[in-house]
Amino acid sequence: MPGMDLEETLLPGVGVRYELEVDSGQLLGIVVPREGGAEISVYDRRDPDRARGVFRLSPEQADAVAEVLGAPRLTQRFADLSKEVPGLESARIPVRPGSPFDGKALGDTRARTLTGCSIVAIVRDADVVPSPGPEDPLHAGDVLVAIGSATGLEQLERRLSGQG
Amino acid sequence: MDHVAELLVELGLLFLGLSLLGLLARRLGLSPIPFVLLAALAVGEGGVVPLSTSEPFLSAAAEIGVVLLLLTLGLEFSADELFSSLRRHAPSGWVDLLLNFPPGFVAGLLLGLPWQAALALGGVTWISSSGIVARLLGDLGRLANRETPAVLSVLVLEDLAMALFLPVLVVALAGDGPLEAVGGIVLAVGAVVLVLLAAQRHGHRLGRVLSSRDDEQVLLRLVGLTLLVAGLAQAGGVSAAVGAFLVGLALPASFAERARDLLGPLRDLFAATFFVAFGLSTDPAEIVPVLPAALALAVVTAATKVATGWYAARRDGIAVPGRLRAGTALIARGEFSIVIAGLAVAAGHEDLGPVATGYVLLLAVAGPVLTRFVEPVSARFLPVPAR
Repeated sequence: MPGMDLEETLLPGVGVRYELEVDSGQLLGIVVPREGGAEISVYDRRDPDRARGVFRLSPEQADAVAEVLGAPRLTQRFADLSKEVPGLESARIPVRPGSPFDGKALGDTRARTLTGCSIVAIVRDADVVPSPGPEDPLHAGDVLVAIGSATGLEQLERRLSGQG
Repeated sequence: MDHVAELLVELGLLFLGLSLLGLLARRLGLSPIPFVLLAALAVGEGGVVPLSTSEPFLSAAAEIGVVLLLLTLGLEFSADELFSSLRRHAPSGWVDLLLNFPPGFVAGLLLGLPWQAALALGGVTWISSSGIVARLLGDLGRLANRETPAVLSVLVLEDLAMALFLPVLVVALAGDGPLEAVGGIVLAVGAVVLVLLAAQRHGHRLGRVLSSRDDEQVLLRLVGLTLLVAGLAQAGGVSAAVGAFLVGLALPASFAERARDLLGPLRDLFAATFFVAFGLSTDPAEIVPVLPAALALAVVTAATKVATGWYAARRDGIAVPGRLRAGTALIARGEFSIVIAGLAVAAGHEDLGPVATGYVLLLAVAGPVLTRFVEPVSARFLPVPAR
């Protein structure tokens, strides 16, 4: 994202850490562990290497926070955005039979964490589940409507087919 | 009681006891490993309650425990994580080796052990417990700390080094000449590199073969394949542990997540029996005389680990308190020190058992305590806040 310095650091065996200096001057740290959820922390002013005031979020809580912060706006503007923002694309990705996520919840794909893509709808036969939540189940034959970068969408497609 | 009844009762009491110990360890904020070792010393040979009926079962289960420990170790880190740690932190890995291996090796020779057993003791002092350390960092809320990537990278590099060290150790323990030892090293390095490269290009195929909608199918295929490869590796003279580790490395990241979830409980059960079996094979009366040596070794190698963490964190531009946190976090030795010692003991170097047990007991407890304690102390090294 332009004009913003979101630093990403790999934590081997644990997950990924993001750091962001926010406008009020503090440093915000977010650790996204592999098994889901998130840890949000603010750094010590005297010892900037040390995280203090750690919030531990379960996967559901992390999704709820993500929802509050971004998802609704994203879905609203989805149609406009994919036209206006270069590099943002949408795709329809099928859940094929044999996919590891057949029968799992949408949240299990951890699509946003791992690929940066947002899944804005699940199309199931003639039905559409708009703005699906992490607990919505996936089934073989579903088609996911997702937006993200071209590479992110490719990753998501591979992940859904069990190759990513 | 008949044989089966006796076996089941013994195992039942054993696992219930382990559960209580685990509870106690968590309550104290420590790793359960030293508690399990202590309990295993207390029962069995030379201890208060003999576990006569279940010993054959436990020693077989212990072999599976090692295989599962190493399989999940291989699953823990993706090839990408290994390569990026290698790129960024390779010097820290070398410092880790140069500071922490020699004390154990020299101590082994001073204790009058044969050089093969001294080599194993070097490995015991070298490798930190990634299980204890990773858990500790999470418990202490240090995952977001800036020194944490350096700490984790040292652990990753140690784990990679294990894949090379174990075959060397196994060859050395087998008592073959230097030519065979070189051959073993070449074979091990070749196998690790080959598997890492193959995993990057073709790992998804292996993932596809193993994956199924059915958890039971995945578990059976995965455990079956791992035991098969481990058995063949053992037959080929490179140790079952290495074979299992390579299987873990070869599995693609997408499949690794599911494999970790499925294997977790099974690994915990069998790994616990491995620690018990190791403790059972050691006579507690033999630990007391070597305790001063183990203590001295623990003090020295705690200091060298602090230096390792200090160096690794300093390379990342971390200030003094963070370097101390990183260094003390790495002190804990645990499961892999026991795996290494177990290999040597199995090869007939039984003198190593008591030293290694005493050493791991000390540092598995002291490491977590020290790194907790260093946090308020290290705050003194902070610059006075500018107002």
